[in-house]
Amino acid sequence: MKAPLIVVGLVLALGPFALTSQSLVNFAMLTVVSAFLGQCWNIAGGFGGLTSFGHTIFFGTGAYTAAILQTRWGLNPWLALPAALVTGSLVGAAIGAAAFRAGLRGSYFALVTLAFAEVFRVLSNSLDFTRGGLGINIPLGMGAGNFQFADRRSTYAVALAFLVLATAAAAWLKRARFGARLAALRENEDAAAALGVNLVRTKTIALALSGGLTALGGVLYAQTYLYVDPAISFGVERSVEMLLVAMIGGAGTVWGPILGAIVLHIIADVSRSWIDTPGFAPMLYGVVLLVIIGLLPRGIIGIWERWRA
Amino acid sequence: MLEVSGLSKRFGGLQAVRDVALKVPPGSITALIGPNGAGKTTTFAMIAGFIRPDSGRVVLDGHDIAGRRPDQIAEAGMVRTFQITQPFAGLTVLENIRLGAFLRSADTSAATAAARAVGLRLGLGPFLDRPAAALTVAGRKRLEVARALATAPRMLLLDEVMAGLNPTEIQEIVAMIRAIRDGGVTVLLIEHIMQAVAALADDVYVLAEGALIAHGPPRAIAHDDRVIEAYLGRGAAAKLGAHA
Amino acid sequence: MAEIYAAALINGLLIGGVYALVALGLTLIYGVLHIVNFAHGSLLMVAMFAAWLMAEKAGVHPYAALPVVALAMFALGWLLYRYVIGRVSRGEDRAILLATLGVAVVLDNVFLTLFGGDTRQIESDLTFAVIEAGPLLLSVPKVIAFAVSLLLAGALWAFMALTDTGRAIRAVAKEPEGARLMGIRPERIFALAYGIGIGCLGAAGCLLLPSFFVSPHVGNVFVLVAFTIVVLGGMGSFPGAVVGGLLIGVTESLGGLWLGESLGPIGISLVFIAVLLFRPTGLFGAAR
Ligand SMILES: Nc1ncnc2c1ncn2[C@@H]1O[C@H](COP(=O)(O)OP(=O)(O)OP(=O)(O)O)[C@@H](O)[C@H]1O
Ligand SMILES: [Mg+2]
Repeated sequence: MKAPLIVVGLVLALGPFALTSQSLVNFAMLTVVSAFLGQCWNIAGGFGGLTSFGHTIFFGTGAYTAAILQTRWGLNPWLALPAALVTGSLVGAAIGAAAFRAGLRGSYFALVTLAFAEVFRVLSNSLDFTRGGLGINIPLGMGAGNFQFADRRSTYAVALAFLVLATAAAAWLKRARFGARLAALRENEDAAAALGVNLVRTKTIALALSGGLTALGGVLYAQTYLYVDPAISFGVERSVEMLLVAMIGGAGTVWGPILGAIVLHIIADVSRSWIDTPGFAPMLYGVVLLVIIGLLPRGIIGIWERWRA
Repeated sequence: MLEVSGLSKRFGGLQAVRDVALKVPPGSITALIGPNGAGKTTTFAMIAGFIRPDSGRVVLDGHDIAGRRPDQIAEAGMVRTFQITQPFAGLTVLENIRLGAFLRSADTSAATAAARAVGLRLGLGPFLDRPAAALTVAGRKRLEVARALATAPRMLLLDEVMAGLNPTEIQEIVAMIRAIRDGGVTVLLIEHIMQAVAALADDVYVLAEGALIAHGPPRAIAHDDRVIEAYLGRGAAAKLGAHA
Repeated sequence: MAEIYAAALINGLLIGGVYALVALGLTLIYGVLHIVNFAHGSLLMVAMFAAWLMAEKAGVHPYAALPVVALAMFALGWLLYRYVIGRVSRGEDRAILLATLGVAVVLDNVFLTLFGGDTRQIESDLTFAVIEAGPLLLSVPKVIAFAVSLLLAGALWAFMALTDTGRAIRAVAKEPEGARLMGIRPERIFALAYGIGIGCLGAAGCLLLPSFFVSPHVGNVFVLVAFTIVVLGGMGSFPGAVVGGLLIGVTESLGGLWLGESLGPIGISLVFIAVLLFRPTGLFGAAR
């Protein structure tokens, strides 16, 4: 049963390297980036039940880390990866420590992350350090040494590596003590505390882990489009998309976000061939979300689980 | 092992617990009884760090632990169960128990093995891979005990783990608690079922309207006038006496 | 200098009145259903579009359209609760939150698909009319919006306090099961309360339109503002929503004055975060 799945997975993952059509590769790249970001959200929102409405905070932090590192300090963009891992987790740890110490959970946590995203947006929109509303242009300088790829397949390769990393983190959560504690807190905080789980520390680490990984996505964005600005970095749309990918595929499962990203991107592509306006595909996402919450609370992967059981 | 003194808690206008003091010697089974609403669960919650007492000391093995967080107290070796069972509903029974075992072992296979052993010992074997939400009341009560036991505690606080069980199940759980004590775990339990208390406890404290009204071995407690009145109402002791 | 401050203060209070009305709907929904209605901003956007369409296509002034739009929004809210949110969420907190988010995503994008992303405004004789009050110039539509909003807030309060329906709503808010025993059907009351909360948005949309723009994204502008007010005033508190609305209106307007156009909006988010972190019960909320 497992073997055919692995083969299908490998073909899907490695197939794009054989493609010559840049638009198909682009599709694959965007899907994998979505899956990666959804997986990052899933680490906090799925496994830990920390329903964030502002996860783009970390994405934007990563994007600005990359842009500022190069344009202000002239560092090699590859260094932006470890740097973003650090800045993203620090922001996650700070927000987590503040919110969880204050006992925020559920809707209140969702709202406070939304508000933090807005704070980041306004700050990046008005500080000189981030060049305000102008955004930051990253000077063109194609070449692997400069983390700028002319061939989308290279970008795809990096995205795929990120996705593998985040999925490995999810698989680790599924197995390890830390993940068990996180899941226990999601299910019942009092019971978890009675059995020795430190609530603030566990949730904060989860948000930091998720934030650090998400920031990598921001770096990849900056290096692909060579431009970052406040709306791209901290706009609410990306937060919502990350959540949608995970929720629709199956929050708290290892493979859910990947499935979710594939389904959403197929919907987007197909719907674009019907009606090509900016709102149509996202509207369908919203409908799919409502259907999923109503009928398949465990996400699309729930169909598979039900069928197997 | 555990020494509590001067413990008090007020909820708004209600003095739920007033100046409670108790002593639980190591290796003993001590019972805390009293009518509904007497403040027993609140006392437990304060001892285990879930409710901050207004005043009082909770000393575990010579350390004052009042004001510490529940997870720190669990780490120190004292674990409570919940009267209203609190399963991790979305997880399997085994995963529930394993969370307890993870307190003492970071290794997943070791914790799983330990959890399985505890589950089997408490008769949860057939349910280990089912979701905890699917358990019956009796099953959930056992799961509460199993999880707590899996943390390898030195002291257990059991809150009405027999309520809602049938006589056979009660006998089983009485034997189980005795075995737990014989395994070296000190037990403080809240219970309404007097036969169980009489069968198990070395020492009994009686709480009514937030205050301790009696303390002694089970046999003496059962004939204490104040206890009879607390349970059955004012004048009950005299009436019982008249009939006898 | 003093005049600039006075003008900012007055402007803040005026806009705060409408904020209060928006927040009143949100706090009512929270107080009764205990749900965080994330679709609130988007539903306000729908109301504003409705008012705009009435003005643009049928030539009805937003003030004249107010009763119709409010009623239509009530109906929309009622239907949404009855057939989408209540259905989909099965009473689970997270599912409800996500259901209201889903509704917001759908609404925003339906309007984006139909009308594109442009911002729209109406122009009427009133748009630029001002009253001179001493040295201050007060925008007429804002004064009207303020007065009508507070009037409606008062009417809503009276409705809740004095009518049988209002009492039933409050009974359900306190004890859904107890109310059931008294023969009230909580599910009906939930849909009703949700409808009333959204009806408030219908009125607010009509009051805002003459002095504000509308676009499919305008909900985002209001959603955080409305939540800030509700949290500041205490979730579920009526007086809290009104006082909170006025306070936030003033905060926003003074924030813009002190911090400038681009940094100004940070004030509201910071107030929101600070209240959630340090005083989650708000100014008027009881300890929970
Ligand atoms: N969090 C709380 N807030 C307000 N009052 C509370 C709270 N918890 C308990 N009480 C009240 O304090 C009193 C003692 O409650 P407690 O649960 O400790 O009693 P108990 O002895 O465990 O009763 P039972 O045998 O029914 O379990 C009761 O009157 C209860 O209603
Ligand atoms: Mg009790």
